[in-house]
Amino acid sequence: MWKTIFRRILLMIPQMIILSILIFIIADFMPGDPFRGLVDPNLDPAQLEAQREAFGLNDPLPVRYVRWVGDALQGDFGRSFNYQQPVVAVIGGRLGNTVRLSLLSVILTYLIGLPLGILAGRYNESVLDKTVLVYNFVSFAVPIFVLALLMVWIFGYNLNWFPSRGSVSINASTPWEVWTSRLYHLILPSITTAILGTTSIIQYLRSEIIDAKVSDYVKTARSKGVPISKVYTKHIFRNASLPIASGFGFTIVGLFTGSIFIEQIFNYRGMGYLFLQSINTRDYSVIFVLVLFYGFLGLIGTLLSDLILMAVDPRIRID
Amino acid sequence: MATNQDAEAAVLSDDMAASSPPMGIKVIVREFMRDKLALASLILLVGLLVTVFIWSFLIDQDQVTNVSLWDSYLRPMSFSEDPAREGMRFILGTDSAGRDIFGLLLIGARNSLLLGWSVTVVTSIIGIVIGILAAYYAGLIDNIIMRIIDFIMILPQLMIIIIFITIVPTYNVFTFALILIVFNWHGQARFIRGRALTVGRLDFISASKTMGTPSLVIMLREMMPNISSLIIVNLTLNFAGSIGLETGLSYLGFGLPPGTPSLGTLVAYATNPDILENRAWVWLPASTLILVLVLCINYVGRALQRAADAKQRLG
Repeated sequence: MWKTIFRRILLMIPQMIILSILIFIIADFMPGDPFRGLVDPNLDPAQLEAQREAFGLNDPLPVRYVRWVGDALQGDFGRSFNYQQPVVAVIGGRLGNTVRLSLLSVILTYLIGLPLGILAGRYNESVLDKTVLVYNFVSFAVPIFVLALLMVWIFGYNLNWFPSRGSVSINASTPWEVWTSRLYHLILPSITTAILGTTSIIQYLRSEIIDAKVSDYVKTARSKGVPISKVYTKHIFRNASLPIASGFGFTIVGLFTGSIFIEQIFNYRGMGYLFLQSINTRDYSVIFVLVLFYGFLGLIGTLLSDLILMAVDPRIRID
Repeated sequence: MATNQDAEAAVLSDDMAASSPPMGIKVIVREFMRDKLALASLILLVGLLVTVFIWSFLIDQDQVTNVSLWDSYLRPMSFSEDPAREGMRFILGTDSAGRDIFGLLLIGARNSLLLGWSVTVVTSIIGIVIGILAAYYAGLIDNIIMRIIDFIMILPQLMIIIIFITIVPTYNVFTFALILIVFNWHGQARFIRGRALTVGRLDFISASKTMGTPSLVIMLREMMPNISSLIIVNLTLNFAGSIGLETGLSYLGFGLPPGTPSLGTLVAYATNPDILENRAWVWLPASTLILVLVLCINYVGRALQRAADAKQRLG
């Protein structure tokens, strides 16, 4: 087990190096540089050039890359020219918002997905099952930005049930007020995410349960006299939840990534919003670290998923 | 006597018809006749496509994109207030620059559909070629291809696409399509490889190899026909996905270049809270059209999927 984890982590190192080199090259292709647009147009071009030289922006690419890696290994991921802060501080400031939103979204996703999947599988061919199938089809097909816009329009603006933008009210002062206001702002975006996020959970659970119903171990349990409801909760559910467990690693790392569309539409200041802002302000140091961070999370997600699958299914050995 | 023989022959041929399994297009027709909702989606989809393509070629794009500040944000069904455009009626109202929303909707839908379809077709072709190559040669080639695909999979796809869109020196429809293709072929290739691997292990392929059939012939004439139904299903489902991706990117402002209206650019008006709340006629028709198109295409795709898999067929 530990040997596997260690080997997988070792394998991640070359992948991270390739990823960082690629993104570094891409970042180099981006038009303009962080100084353009920020400086006073009256500034002498020679002085600007001196600044660029001082910051090392004129050095060849490999030199800059090695310097960047050296700094990054010491925890210095560069400075955001837009925020005038270290990149780590900028990203850290947004991470909390994104984690809160994703956590509530994931909880809601499972709250909707698990019962619907189990019921649809248990009572398949029933009216409920057919309704769930229709819902599952729609949630698979609908693009998230269209649904999010409709939700904001209907529940945010027309019905005025929920705040339509931001992550916390400016009037909130006491900690209690701040947290309730935060939760209130989270409800609409997380419900939107959850509605569209249940597809694979329902799909897998339902078909696994339908397959399991006629399997031998269920027949054995029934003939032993195990009550039907217990067969479902103890025997079938454990087996049927295996495919979901295999995606759980990505769910965990997904807590940190957030959604560009949701955060943009709800004006929610998280990681996705930060990315769009950085693209628009050409804040390369932030973009670079964000993409690297997301790539890193992708690798961790694969590893976690395999480990979780190994933990819940003793038949699987991954080396 | 003769009539008796005829009757016998008729019965015999009836039996023959019943015993020979339905093939190809017949299965698909039967599937659609059984599932009325699929038939309705198909009719609606074809109707929409025909309307969009014929009508958008009939209307004059210059006239639609004609700017008139007199007509800014006219409500649906109102007449033009610009003396120069007297008598013009806007069925769906106008946008900030007085352009006809209905005309923009038709042209935008045409552009979105064309772009989505081209991206889907090209990514599918790349996916089929790479997937079949990986499955046929297996071993080292398969390993290399799969490592590349694994690597692309861990990239944050949407972010990378947006970054590329901002760094391309000459940004137009073709570079946009190219970027979408570069970051979308891997899903197809993975899917096709998985299916082709199962086909490649079948006995008739081994037999063909032993007989010395050239590899190219095996791949094109023997492996591909066996996954052709899956290819068609995948093409439909990915078409819907491509439309979603393009309109989403256009909504964020990283999609089709300005001057090429898309359904996404119409929805993007809703980034302005005032338009989102008070002028729904600007963005709501485009959003609805995206929803209807994507749902119809997906539903038709599902019906095709069932037709391709004998175990799932309804009829």
